[in-house]
Amino acid sequence: MVQYVWLIPLLPLIGAFINGVFGSRLSKTTVGVLASALMGVSFIIACSIFVHIISLPVHERSIEVSVYNWMTSGQFSVDINFLVDPLSTLMILVVTGVGFLIHVYSTGYMHHDKAFWRFFSYLNLFVFFMLMLVLGGNYLVMFLGWEGVGLCSYLLIGFWYEKKSASDAGKKAFVVNRVGDFGFILGLFLLFWTLSDSGIHSLNYGEVFAHAGSIDPATITIITLLLFVGACGKSAQFPLYVWLPDAMEGPTPVSALIHAATMVTAGVYMVARNNALYSLAPFTGEIVASVGIFTAFFAASIGLVQNDIKKVLAYSTVSQLGYMFAAVGVGAYTAGVFHLMTHAFFKGLLFLGSGSVIHAMSGEQDMRKMGGLHKHLKFTSTTFIIGAVAIAGIPPLAGFWSKDEILWEVFEKGHIYIWITGLVTAGMTAFYMFRQVFMTFTGECRADEHTKHHIHESPKSMTVPLIILAVLAVTGGVVGIPFFEEGTAAHHFLNSVFSHGAAVVNHQGAAAHDSEAIYGGLEFILMIVSVCVGALGIFLASLMYYEPMKKYAPSFWKAEVMASKFSGLYTLLYNKWYVDEIYDACIVNPIKRACAACLRFDLGVLDGMVNGAGWLTRFAAWLSHKFDIYVIDGLVNSMATGVSLDGRILRRLSSGQIQHYALVFVLGLIVIFGGFILGY
Amino acid sequence: MHEIAATFPILSTLIFLPAVGALLIIFFARPERRELIRWSALGFSLLEFVFSLYLPLTYDTANPGLQWVERGVWIKRFGINYILGVDGITLLLVLLTTLVTIVCVLASWNDIKVKFKWFMAMLLFTETCSLGVFMSMDLFLFYIFWEAVLLPMVFIIGIWGGGRKLYSAIKFFIFTFVGSLFMLLGVLVLYFYHGAATGVYTFDSTILFQNPVIPAVQFWIFIAFFLGFAVKVPLFPLHTWLPDAHTEAPTAGSIVLAAVLLKLGTYGFLRFSLPLLPNASMRFAPLLMVISIIAIIYGALVTIAQKDMKKVVAYSSVSHMGFVMLGIFALNIDGFRGGLLQMINHGVSTGALFLLVGMIYERTHTRNIGDYKGLMKTMPVFGAFFLITVLSSMGLPSTNGFVGELFILIGAFQAYPLYAVFAVVGVLLGAVYLLWLFQRVFMGDFFYNGKHVLEDLCFREIITGAALLILIFWIGLCPKVFIKSMDASLNEVVRLVDVNSKKALAAAQPPVVAAVEPQAPASRVGR
Repeated sequence: MVQYVWLIPLLPLIGAFINGVFGSRLSKTTVGVLASALMGVSFIIACSIFVHIISLPVHERSIEVSVYNWMTSGQFSVDINFLVDPLSTLMILVVTGVGFLIHVYSTGYMHHDKAFWRFFSYLNLFVFFMLMLVLGGNYLVMFLGWEGVGLCSYLLIGFWYEKKSASDAGKKAFVVNRVGDFGFILGLFLLFWTLSDSGIHSLNYGEVFAHAGSIDPATITIITLLLFVGACGKSAQFPLYVWLPDAMEGPTPVSALIHAATMVTAGVYMVARNNALYSLAPFTGEIVASVGIFTAFFAASIGLVQNDIKKVLAYSTVSQLGYMFAAVGVGAYTAGVFHLMTHAFFKGLLFLGSGSVIHAMSGEQDMRKMGGLHKHLKFTSTTFIIGAVAIAGIPPLAGFWSKDEILWEVFEKGHIYIWITGLVTAGMTAFYMFRQVFMTFTGECRADEHTKHHIHESPKSMTVPLIILAVLAVTGGVVGIPFFEEGTAAHHFLNSVFSHGAAVVNHQGAAAHDSEAIYGGLEFILMIVSVCVGALGIFLASLMYYEPMKKYAPSFWKAEVMASKFSGLYTLLYNKWYVDEIYDACIVNPIKRACAACLRFDLGVLDGMVNGAGWLTRFAAWLSHKFDIYVIDGLVNSMATGVSLDGRILRRLSSGQIQHYALVFVLGLIVIFGGFILGY
Repeated sequence: MHEIAATFPILSTLIFLPAVGALLIIFFARPERRELIRWSALGFSLLEFVFSLYLPLTYDTANPGLQWVERGVWIKRFGINYILGVDGITLLLVLLTTLVTIVCVLASWNDIKVKFKWFMAMLLFTETCSLGVFMSMDLFLFYIFWEAVLLPMVFIIGIWGGGRKLYSAIKFFIFTFVGSLFMLLGVLVLYFYHGAATGVYTFDSTILFQNPVIPAVQFWIFIAFFLGFAVKVPLFPLHTWLPDAHTEAPTAGSIVLAAVLLKLGTYGFLRFSLPLLPNASMRFAPLLMVISIIAIIYGALVTIAQKDMKKVVAYSSVSHMGFVMLGIFALNIDGFRGGLLQMINHGVSTGALFLLVGMIYERTHTRNIGDYKGLMKTMPVFGAFFLITVLSSMGLPSTNGFVGELFILIGAFQAYPLYAVFAVVGVLLGAVYLLWLFQRVFMGDFFYNGKHVLEDLCFREIITGAALLILIFWIGLCPKVFIKSMDASLNEVVRLVDVNSKKALAAAQPPVVAAVEPQAPASRVGR
């Protein structure tokens, strides 16, 4: 079965091609069914590969499947190849599984759109590239997927290209990602260059990781930092996160699939995949974890005050990705990937739920105009609340187990500040999620009459995926429940991939593992602490936004009062710390000015010199023409004999045409130049 | 050396077939018979392309030397010969030229209104001369073709161009002509020095390759060659003829200019400057790489500020050709590979961009970006073609641009990592101007207030564009065959640079033995 792994990406590609080329002539049903069915088949194949991988002994769970030789040049050779191991298997399960559900959802959500076929073509194409990214067996195939998903993200964000804001957002996403890729590709070059110095001309993971130990620490730190720059772009980490909130201009299923469940986790996947390199670079690890947890806090702080239902989720995604980076940064790769998976479930669910709300509200996204939707949208609101509980970290839902594992690992590895920040952020997460839930689903509906009249529950094609994802958001944590002997199921499964990294980390942290029993107890206590923080967040949100609770709230704990009391902070948060404005002032505008300056230089100075030379030649021509007439001709006339022949030659030479003067000019130069050489 | 003589003068046939076609059209087609003219032009260019396919089919990739060589003496007294040959460096360029000519004929199908038969003839003459440049292995013959290619191009711009066509044509002519004269001077100096040193006065490059002149002379010849080649590339700051020529040229003129004529310069560096002047090339390489990087970034910045679609593509050429130069002067095999492949890529992608811009110009008679937007709505096929071409020009993996840039960057990284860092900035800016162009023209609400009808591509246009799109993906997904065809010959260049630089150094030093032994000065005095 494993040798047919190439079918998994190929099927969506076929779908993209058929829908892209013939889609405009096919019926919407055909287009939707085709795209979804191909995804479904991919998912089934992925499942069978998962079963196959589990059946293998642990040390054989890494299989390389080569499809064809992509490029060869000298000793350097790159195949299109796939690496099937527990990590990539988990990723393809998430991508095809969640991808399939979102395809099904989209058949309902996008049903009224004229460019239905184009949407599914792009969506399938995206899945193809995403699968190439996670399945690729070498860095270049990963990069192929990496750029490809960026392209599809660009196309899908700008799907409603008639809207200027949408096409702007698409371009912004692509360009910011390219800034990240700048680091990524330089990291690859440095890696390739360093390795080829020691005789390794391959970019296959296996060979690179096997020789990672021979690279000197400084170089490996630079390599991993550069690769992390790429991850920051793709996974929307500070300071390159700015494109993700704007990306919400795309249709909501796109936000769910690309900007929550799959593409944005590519950076986390990349770091986890390169654990062999990252665990050799502890300094980079510190940077990754710090950037991650800072982003988590920073984005959550913005999420507290946003009013657009999707923007809240977007900042939440940035924040949760920060958690994942905090985990992989401290070497807790399993925890990071585990959170990646549960996040795909509950954030996918939340986005699809918000889509269902927007669908019901006739396109309205402002939560201040919502409220009381629970009455009308039973399925949507129930599943949405499940998702909110999951992300808030309330047991036994999936988000609790994965977030708690991250916090525990961070704590256990001695990063107290990261742990505290993570804990505070968890409280903020619970707060803004339930602020959203209360504003959207409870209280009185604040929409206008027309919209109110149209509120309706979404069709089955949309609610069924919601229900499935809700089930996953509840149960998805099972694989990561600790307290079993010797770690979690997720640990067991992923262990062989992270053994490179784990070997180093365990070596460093050996002292910390002295007494499992005490830690078992401590882990339990910390778990309770984080549950309490989450519950506190929900409680505070309910006091502020939930009608029945509002009367218990102290007088200062009202949204308006807080906003006016801390108006400076509120304005700062509401305007997203003015990061976009700062970028405009410090980067975008200077580049624009540089462009204009270069253009002026080109037209004024360079072309000016050329035209100036042309003018000078013409002037010289005019001058010699006058000279010809008054001096030469005068002489000729005065002599009046014999020399008329010379005059004619001269006149021909000074015929006033530019070419001739250029020719004379050049010949003169040649004489000078030639003399120079011969005299050398 | 490894030369394979031709059993049948295939290369001469390839060079002169278009010229014969052009003459037939000029003499036998009456100007009003447009159908006859364009179909016969298409017929000749297709026939030429089919003939040129004979080369890759019978090409021996393992042999680095010239193949299908034709040798004849032209002017014996001056050592001027008629030598044609094709190797791994030229093979793809020849195929690109023959393919692009078909594209140009198809692009001019309805575009050209006046003096139609002369235009088609000029296109075919351009093909003849460009093929001649690529195939000539005698420096004098090379120079003849090099200058000859100017004329049809100047006419194409000056007669069938728009706007400031005369200004542009004359500017183009003077720029390249001045450069070429320096090159001729360099060739002559080389000829005399080589003759004086070895006693053999010849323009035969295969002989010149074997006896490099001393480094001090190389220095000057390199500058002379540089002025000739760099103008054609065009390398910053000698590029200002390019935006004008491209903008005013008719579509086919822009395509052939971008796809073929710009390649002559970089080809000259790779073919002649490096093996003939290896020491000077090494000496100038760091400077040229810096200039290339300036070209890449400067070109990109100026591109961003453009408001005319053709100018965007024209200035982006400055940036892209900077990449080619960067690869070549990395002076290693990866850089050469990338540089040569990127020449083909630039020909395909930028050629396609000019083709597409031409299609919209033909419909609306404006190239001003502000004059229309949201074209995706009315012209979806056109939009898809444009997007794919833009992506290829940006170097997205799975398209041709990626492979070329990858090898160039690997080569540059090996030469000096910082070069690659700056070059990648250029890649980044490329995404900015290309996506912005696409956004401004194709996205947003549909807007066009001209009086012309905006129809999507017709069958002829789809076929024309598809030919280039297929190449974009073919090179992107299976670059192997392309790289394999060039590898042996590029390795030969690497070897020649290495061997010749040592030879030249050795020749420049007085023999060590002579300096030690007492009778040596006496013998020198005796001479």
